[in-house]
Amino acid sequence: MNDTGLAVSNLATATEELSVSVWRGDQSGGRFEQFTVPARQNQTVLDVVAYVQQHIDPTLTYRFACRVGMCGSCAMMVNGEPRWTCRTHVNNATKENRLEIAPLRNLPVIKDLAADMDPFFDKWVGAEGVHHPSRSRHDPIAPIDPTSAHRIEASEGIECINCAVCYAACDTVAANDDYLGPAALQRAWTLYNDAKDDGRAAILEAVSGKGGCHNCHSQGGCSHYCPNELNPMKAIAGLKRATTASFFGRKGNS
Amino acid sequence: MNRLGHRKHGLWLAFALHRISGVALALFLPIHFYVLSLALNQPERLDGFLRWSEQPMVKAAEFGLVFLLAVHAFGGLRLMALEWLPWTSAQKSLAAAAVAGALFLAGGFLLSAI
Repeated sequence: MNDTGLAVSNLATATEELSVSVWRGDQSGGRFEQFTVPARQNQTVLDVVAYVQQHIDPTLTYRFACRVGMCGSCAMMVNGEPRWTCRTHVNNATKENRLEIAPLRNLPVIKDLAADMDPFFDKWVGAEGVHHPSRSRHDPIAPIDPTSAHRIEASEGIECINCAVCYAACDTVAANDDYLGPAALQRAWTLYNDAKDDGRAAILEAVSGKGGCHNCHSQGGCSHYCPNELNPMKAIAGLKRATTASFFGRKGNS
Repeated sequence: MNRLGHRKHGLWLAFALHRISGVALALFLPIHFYVLSLALNQPERLDGFLRWSEQPMVKAAEFGLVFLLAVHAFGGLRLMALEWLPWTSAQKSLAAAAVAGALFLAGGFLLSAI
């Protein structure tokens, strides 16, 4: 009890302060507002946002759920870079003691730091990033060989947490409203390689259209910023090969 | 807002270099063809231009031109490897290292020959 009490009191008496500018507003516009929060030795960007909301301005709106990098709901722009804020240590994100937090880029803003994720998930469906069953519940489960080339390719993309960091990092998304974006295309590529998915033709059709994989300029922001170190750029390259092979009448296998 | 924020990484820089060098070469090409056409119609003007191009400043600009060509050519090769070879990143790094090593050896041989 004493130990815990001491630790808490040490934290509470921290004298160093951190100046943070937080974007406030909605779809009609907004501006950055300055807040001063205690600088802790160990705090994440999400901790800072939570401190502002809990101790300074309860009207601050933001989104989070798990706080351990599983749910993908707390991504924001931190000093101009898209980050999962619950796993981003303040010391790794601040530049010259400056911390600027804004809602995710390339998405409409609902209020303050909460971005509207609807376009992101609509494109996920638009890329046929949905399960296309190959069997019914009455059939035996399809055997999957974990060492097959297709399965290895599919397994590379399954850890996506839908945080939209890649979507916010992409300049092609910013320039082209129709572009499906890295996460949706990576999902399409994952399902394309999944032996349990029966929608290969539908996927190729969806990703070769106007907003499809061939819009990608390989700028690599998606792969650079993906917090789970996935490689959407590589997945999109796979779709480019598969759609091209299909265009020339060959069955793409990689 | 920090506009450069999410663009400060090597992959984006490679993209930008490829684009800028491509635009610069596209602007250069019409001038290049115009000068070549002088050989057919106005050879004396072409000779004048060639004498003018002996100036050190123009020679330096030629270096810039070769740099643009090299950057654009290798940028294109990089892009084709990135998108068309279903290799792993490690395989691509090894291939790039092999090409770099071969160029280094061949370049050294060329320099010692001339």
